[in-house]
Amino acid sequence: MSTATRDRTSAAENTPQRRDLGRTLARGVGQTLITFGLVALLFVVYELWVTDILAARDQQALTEQIQEEWADAPTVTGPVPAPQGPAAPFAPAPIDVGTGDPFAIVHIPRLDADYNRVVVEGVSQVELAQGPGHYIGTAMPGQPGNFAVAGHRVGRGSPFLDLDQMQPGDPIVVETADAWFVYRVLGDAATGNLDTDPSGIPGMEIVPPTDVSVISPTPGDLSGTVTDAYLTLTTCHPKYSARQRLIIHARLDGAPLSKATAPDGPPALAG
Amino acid sequence: MYTGIWRHLPGGTALRATEALVLVIAISALLLFVVFPWVEPMLPFTEVTITP
Repeated sequence: MSTATRDRTSAAENTPQRRDLGRTLARGVGQTLITFGLVALLFVVYELWVTDILAARDQQALTEQIQEEWADAPTVTGPVPAPQGPAAPFAPAPIDVGTGDPFAIVHIPRLDADYNRVVVEGVSQVELAQGPGHYIGTAMPGQPGNFAVAGHRVGRGSPFLDLDQMQPGDPIVVETADAWFVYRVLGDAATGNLDTDPSGIPGMEIVPPTDVSVISPTPGDLSGTVTDAYLTLTTCHPKYSARQRLIIHARLDGAPLSKATAPDGPPALAG
Repeated sequence: MYTGIWRHLPGGTALRATEALVLVIAISALLLFVVFPWVEPMLPFTEVTITP
């Protein structure tokens, strides 16, 4: 608009070449910055949506794989426990998996009536990209010790997004090849206080990322003493951050249920 | 940069617009499915585990 006027007035100190150079430079810097911004936005899209799609695909594949394995071998052990003696308690077969292999399905009715995620062995990025991962070396489902599982809070299907909604006594049901295990979140179910469990272990806590005591055989006890069968879930906290860890502790409630006698799961799963 | 790309695209305005759109989609796909998955493990956002 007023370029012509400005051209005439500033012609003395600004030659057309110098002005063109400055304009090109400014435009180049501006476009570069805009490009960076768009790439950053695209990264957010990737983290929040694309990883969900990829994880959902992986979970679908894992579900098919694990159902197939379980169908092929209803009981993983060779010798089938004699079903005659009604007094003989059900003993689930020991679980032996390689890193990266799926071996259990975790159901958390509090998060969703149909909430189920296949758990894989290992907690490196590769395993966690597919679903919740089991800390190698911690107890297996139902075993005395601590069955510890890590999962993403936001992105990759956000398996543990709403773990902060858990209440004392909430069931966390773990399904394996031949058994159901019902864990219940620690705390006082009557008052809803997560911190007043008789064991002294809180049902929920927020810890620094380096606090390995939460996944020790007895949560909070670094000596490694095994006192009961616990389950621990770890995820990041707060949402969209990795500054702290949100931890859920639960304890095994009752004996394992054989899948042969209860194909549809324990009553805790129904609600 | 963007004007330069536009100038180098062959064809008329409609064809150039289509080509530009294809370019944008191709670059987005490259970023989403190749570059970001590769870069991400080096970033600290995705850590959910307890490590000493």
